[in-house]
Amino acid sequence: MNTVSPAAPARAAAPVSPASAAIPRLEQPEALLEAMLLIRAYELRLSEHSARSGTPGTCTAVGQEAAAVGVVSMLSADDLILTNHRSAGHLLARGADPGRMMAEVLGRRDGYCKGKSGSLHISVRELGVVLTSTIVGGELSLATGVALSQTMLGRPGIVACFFGDGAAGEGTFHESLNLAAVWKLPILYVCENNEWQAFVHRRETMVGERIAARAAPYGIASASVDGNDVEAVRAAARAASDSIRDTGRPFLLELSTYRLRGHFEPDDQAYVNAAELAAWQARDPIARMKASLLAGGGFTPGDLDGIETRVAARIDAAMAFAEASPWPDPAELLTDIYA
Amino acid sequence: MTTTTVYDAMAQALAEEMRRDARVLMFGEGVATKRADLLAEFGSARVRNTPLAEGIIAGTAVGAAATGLRPVIDLLFAPFLCYAMDELVNSAGKLRYLSGGQFDFPLVAIAMTGAGWAVGSQHNHNVEAWFAHAPGLKVVMPSNAADFKGLLKSAIRDDNPVLFFVDIGLLYQPGEVPDGETLVPLGQAAIARPGQDVTLVSYAKTVPVCLQAADALAAEGISAEVIDLRTIKPLDEAAVLTSSRRTGRVVVVHEASRTCGVGAEVAALVAEHAFDSLKAPVRRVTGPDAPPPASYPLEQAFVPSVAAVAEAARQLSAASWR
Ligand SMILES: Cc1ncc(C[n+]2csc(CCOP(=O)(O)OP(=O)(O)O)c2C)c(N)n1
Ligand SMILES: [Mg+2]
Repeated sequence: MNTVSPAAPARAAAPVSPASAAIPRLEQPEALLEAMLLIRAYELRLSEHSARSGTPGTCTAVGQEAAAVGVVSMLSADDLILTNHRSAGHLLARGADPGRMMAEVLGRRDGYCKGKSGSLHISVRELGVVLTSTIVGGELSLATGVALSQTMLGRPGIVACFFGDGAAGEGTFHESLNLAAVWKLPILYVCENNEWQAFVHRRETMVGERIAARAAPYGIASASVDGNDVEAVRAAARAASDSIRDTGRPFLLELSTYRLRGHFEPDDQAYVNAAELAAWQARDPIARMKASLLAGGGFTPGDLDGIETRVAARIDAAMAFAEASPWPDPAELLTDIYA
Repeated sequence: MTTTTVYDAMAQALAEEMRRDARVLMFGEGVATKRADLLAEFGSARVRNTPLAEGIIAGTAVGAAATGLRPVIDLLFAPFLCYAMDELVNSAGKLRYLSGGQFDFPLVAIAMTGAGWAVGSQHNHNVEAWFAHAPGLKVVMPSNAADFKGLLKSAIRDDNPVLFFVDIGLLYQPGEVPDGETLVPLGQAAIARPGQDVTLVSYAKTVPVCLQAADALAAEGISAEVIDLRTIKPLDEAAVLTSSRRTGRVVVVHEASRTCGVGAEVAALVAEHAFDSLKAPVRRVTGPDAPPPASYPLEQAFVPSVAAVAEAARQLSAASWR
């Protein structure tokens, strides 16, 4: 007469380390651009779908594609990732299937979490994207434990933990950094400072401009770079992860970027200063990447069209897959509660 | 059988499980200092002191549990669980479900509570019902040394997050602990004393209170059965209902405050599933809806007394509504 659901197969022994086959190698500029375009197309398609069909909104990463692709492209297959409510960029850059992600957002059976997560906490264990949390700061509170497992179980990968400038105001940010420093945990803290914390501008919440400045008091190395320049992000992520692998100590990388759309779709952004938004639109990471590729020669508008066509086809197929995916069986309500 | 205190029974359970499984580790404020024997045997990687930061202690345990370790954390006193609530409730309790079953959280969070040390309500607050209300968690609160050992060992082996509450008043109580491997399954109540006329349902420190009340009642010719829940979640509904149907009279006894406490759940369970067997309404004898005070006599007044439990059982035995 227990209220506990029947035992599911124990999973503790299964590796968390990702199946490297599914993880794309993102190195060439064209591949980086394509990954960024995929994220943008994914976000815009879901936003349109939500506006048209009333399906749940999402926290989009529009404007932050270079941050996600830049960092994730520098991680190795052994590394693990923790992310948050604004996760689509991290997931797609790591090789997650946009169809299964869309199915998850729509609450369908073929979603990565069987539709139980929706957009806000998508984990993909087989890609090493673990314990996604939408409690702001949750990822920071969990990353230390994941990194402890990596060191104690002798696994090679480091742990990349993505969080926002808002999360850096939570107490757990400070607790996490301090413990990671004291216990020498291999964590790459990645703060995507996008100037917004839901409907509050970052400036209203802190004195000073840089989250990275909070690392030194804990004895943690840090860097703060232009998060809308994918090559700059890659260089900084390489230096940071090299430092973690060399020293076994954490590193805080702050990426200066901007949330070009609202907090959660739909959002009219009426509260956003138009001049600030325009200034950041002029620094759109995708437009910058396109311009630099076209300026560099060897890459033509025709090449760009080819990439955009491919991305659009993938997103069309993904949306079709998601919409064709059945709803979960009502019996799923009571599964996965207990091991 | 060997006579052992609750504290030592728990120490044995920890050492045995750490010996048995290299993935088990323990950390918390002062753990490595106070458990020097564990530190000596298992080393500083597996027995760790932490900063004074319950949130990250719990969060670290949750993250580690999901990725291959089996942490035991000592959060000291139950009110400090408030700082760890998010990690235990929102992460450990929900991320298995929200991820569609991708992660397990084999962890144990230990916390002390209960009257006995006159420390006041920021150290003594029986909050077990909060966690019983949270999906995905298990909650254990034993009453004697053998169960402390057997349940702690089972909790460490369980693949789910377990809140393990230690009643301060029991910590140095001696009890008989079986020699050799002792496992007490989670979710299984015990009949601490068999009886026919009235069922006293309890757990933790008020089990001995019920046993003493049963002695007093026996002298008056009332035969009381005492059920020790041992695990609060999952609740051993079958054990409660079987006894309730047999006696038709039920008193639920706990030290935690009354409103929305475990007693309310037990009473509702009996009303829903054994109503036709009841000869009298279910009664609760609990702590009041007040913060536990420090002053010794006030603190003692907070805890259900033998006299109050016996009186409730006596009244039920006299009453018969059918
Ligand atoms: C503990 C908690 N408080 C508040 C919220 C509501 N909320 C969700 S996202 C968000 C803003 C987070 O800002 P930031 O950390 O900068 O991340 P961003 O959304 O900008 O990526 C808020 C307030 C929440 N999910 N969790
Ligand atoms: Mg932000």
